[in-house]
Amino acid sequence: MSVALKHEGEHEAHHQELSPLRRPLIEGRKTYGDVTTDICSLMERKPGGLWWAAFITSLTIFLAGAIATTYTVTTGIGTWGLNKTVGWAFDITNFVFWIGIGHAGTFISAILFLFNQKWRTSVNRSAEAMTLIAVMCAGIFPIIHMGRPWLFYWVLPYPNQRGSLWVNFRSPLLWDFFAISTYFIISAVFWYLGLVPDLATARDRIRSKWRHALYRVMSLGWNGSNRTWSRYETVYLILAALATPLVLSVHSIVSFDFATSVIPGWHSTIFPPYFVAGAVFSGFAMVMTLMILVRKLMKLEAYITPQHLENMCKVTLLTGSIVTVAYLTEAFIGFYSGNPNEMFVIINRAMGPYSWAYWTMVTCNAIVPQFFWFKKARTSIPMIFVLSILINVGMWFERFVIIVTSLHRDFLPSSWAMYTPTVTEIVIMLGSFGLFFTLFLLFLRIFPVISMNEVKGVLHYARD
Amino acid sequence: MSETANQKPQWAMVIDLDRCTGCEACVVACKVENNIPSSEEGSSRGRSINWIRIERYFEGEFPDVRVKFRPVLCQHCEEAPCEPVCPVYATYHTEEGLNAQVYNRCVGTRYCANNCPYSVRFFNFFAPHWDAPLDKALNPEVSIRTTGVMEKCTFCIQRIRKGEEKARDENRAVRDGDVVPACVGSCPTRAMYFGNIADPESEVSRLSRSNRAERLFEDLGTKPRVIYLSKQD
Repeated sequence: MSVALKHEGEHEAHHQELSPLRRPLIEGRKTYGDVTTDICSLMERKPGGLWWAAFITSLTIFLAGAIATTYTVTTGIGTWGLNKTVGWAFDITNFVFWIGIGHAGTFISAILFLFNQKWRTSVNRSAEAMTLIAVMCAGIFPIIHMGRPWLFYWVLPYPNQRGSLWVNFRSPLLWDFFAISTYFIISAVFWYLGLVPDLATARDRIRSKWRHALYRVMSLGWNGSNRTWSRYETVYLILAALATPLVLSVHSIVSFDFATSVIPGWHSTIFPPYFVAGAVFSGFAMVMTLMILVRKLMKLEAYITPQHLENMCKVTLLTGSIVTVAYLTEAFIGFYSGNPNEMFVIINRAMGPYSWAYWTMVTCNAIVPQFFWFKKARTSIPMIFVLSILINVGMWFERFVIIVTSLHRDFLPSSWAMYTPTVTEIVIMLGSFGLFFTLFLLFLRIFPVISMNEVKGVLHYARD
Repeated sequence: MSETANQKPQWAMVIDLDRCTGCEACVVACKVENNIPSSEEGSSRGRSINWIRIERYFEGEFPDVRVKFRPVLCQHCEEAPCEPVCPVYATYHTEEGLNAQVYNRCVGTRYCANNCPYSVRFFNFFAPHWDAPLDKALNPEVSIRTTGVMEKCTFCIQRIRKGEEKARDENRAVRDGDVVPACVGSCPTRAMYFGNIADPESEVSRLSRSNRAERLFEDLGTKPRVIYLSKQD
């Protein structure tokens, strides 16, 4: 403490927030040149065998999913396990799951930026890429879940010749369209803007002709002048402020799909905050899974340190605990309402035919993150890896439980039904993971994985 | 001529559960009238299409058992939960109080069926199919629904249109007997009534004021246009 105070007295303003006792964010005493070389060389050298193996596997799985989707579109939704009572299941589960995954990227890049959390610099680039890719994966499902997906554009409010027949602004599905397209556009612009200075660096180094041409166009004539930087930072700040409400709005609106209905188990005012917390929770779990793989496989241990992972564990613990409180509240309100339909939903979830899914959800989402109270769990990388995957499994099941257990027991017992997925649905779900990893692997090779310009601002020696 | 002559009729149905024997004649009549395919595969997977169905309820233990039947069809709710959720207005409320489904506009999100408390909306999981010679026996007045769209009871809209045209030709308001949906016409015990509930003198109006009258899941606020009569016991 005394050391810090002494420093503060000596160097005044620009050293105020940096204590010499604090661990550096980037390890290995990297210089500016080291950062440029480390990150750019990942894009410049030819991908190794492991990358190709991962890429071909992902692409194959994606293509299998594409075939299953084609089969569904050409044959009918009857290829899925749905019935009269259960009209949504894997389709909307996957949609909500992927949208949720996307939330961590925006949280890290926008909210943590506004809160001046400098540790975000090592992970924001890939987390934002993850957001974009996850939103793409999510966007497929509302289209292919339609009985006539070739007419999906009827959901768009475009000028047409059908007289007064337009879109129904009262439908939450229409709100979804606006929420998701806004989210995708803002996230894409924000991600791309952050890339511009780094693309200029890559442009100036790269030997490959077509890559040079690509980066030259994409870096928009960046010249690194003071004026360019000043404008860049202003726009970045404004975009961060614009993106911040999206973290809250997108999943709130997705939750309205359920909350505005009359179905017990869906009709619930707790859904918007519950969904947002769940989204950030699952998103951070996915970022951790990916970052652990990326730092290991791309040798970025100096940039993505256990400190970064520990911080993300803390966010996961917080949001996981909020989700747990939401589960408890939901159960409590179910009984407190005195409404037999609501009470039945709670009992049916915990003890009915899908209780295995409910308890998988509770175990993975309420119990698993509690391990992060312990520093040993937060700093053990294999442990984080396993727990983060379990959380993602749990969050997928959360959406499955919400959708299927609420639908399969209808108001009239004559309509009660069960849902079992078909192979087609399972392959489509796996295919979305295939698409996700295919695009993420391409990102790792084409774009700077770590935001060089931001990392340079938090280097260790900057405070020597 | 009643005072409702210039207003649009408000269609409603009354079903007397105390007269229903559960014979399912209405179910068959509806299938024939409205070109509803029957599929063994669909039935086994919970996808059979029945715009009207008979629900059976048992009370008591054998041999002292009482059986109750309840025909359930689209309730044509005045505050229909299926209507606001459709993103493309494929389902909407007509001025005559019908919950209409526009097959050509439907993109098949199935949101309406999920949000229907009565489970009376049916999705075409595959293209419809009729085994010969049933494919030669289709009703030319009812359109066939294609794969991927939702369908449901229309209160036999084709018969409503005919009845309205007849009344207009005779320059009078519609009255009881002008419109007889297939299910109502087929009921051997005359348990079903159909008519204009806005006309206080119509049969359905009179019966809807009975102290035996009730609506299904009234507490949900859906205001169904199907009224059930049953002994209050």
